[in-house]
Amino acid sequence: MSEQLQFTFDVNGENFTSAGEASVATKKNLRMLGYPPDIIRRVAIAMYEGEINMVIHAGGGFATVTVYPDKIEIILKDNGPGIADVALAMKEGFSTAPENIRSLGFGAGMGLPNMKKNTDTMTIESELGVGTTITMTVNT
Amino acid sequence: MKISKVAEILEAEILCCEELADSEVCSACGSDMMSDVLAFVKDQAVLLTGLVNTQVIRTAEMMDMRCIVFVRSKKPSEEMLELAKKNGMVVMATERRMYEACGMLYANGLNNYNK
Repeated sequence: MSEQLQFTFDVNGENFTSAGEASVATKKNLRMLGYPPDIIRRVAIAMYEGEINMVIHAGGGFATVTVYPDKIEIILKDNGPGIADVALAMKEGFSTAPENIRSLGFGAGMGLPNMKKNTDTMTIESELGVGTTITMTVNT
Repeated sequence: MKISKVAEILEAEILCCEELADSEVCSACGSDMMSDVLAFVKDQAVLLTGLVNTQVIRTAEMMDMRCIVFVRSKKPSEEMLELAKKNGMVVMATERRMYEACGMLYANGLNNYNK
């Protein structure tokens, strides 16, 4: 197997202010690698939404971005409470975010659907009390 | 429309990156919900908002926006301005309310259909 370019990030779950730093770094890396702006934006939006979710719901986690010859893969893994009903969570407008998060401009129930919209594939593996792993790919 | 013209129309004070105010922008959006900006906005260069926290700057960065207008006299923190500077975003603040500010820009030709 050929060696892939990979970036890993520790997403700090205790600081809402720093949420998004992994997505910012990824955006810069992809720009340096010369990807077109629309591809970079789709990756950045999907990853940023996921990062915000990890901070809001799961107390942080890990993000891994792997650059393949034909796609970019983003894996977001947390050890949070898990998603009770994934199908329900995918519905636009459904949110379990607390009021304080809504007052910060998030938690409108658009995150997961928007992640799906901006990527070519997205899978959610979640177990209550164990955590959630979201794998997304954007074809390049 | 030049970003400097946006500031002039809204009688806004430019708070950072004034040297980039000569740049042209051709569309804008107004929202206090960053979730909606991330989900519904496409290719809008100016964000008008009354929400003040660092994620406003990050959201604008993800969307490749070039100018943020804080309405209702909201003032961003130094931390936010530093983040905006790093990304080369012009930040300004106006006393106008959201509806008014959007209407004024739209009426002056900054609408999303004249691209």
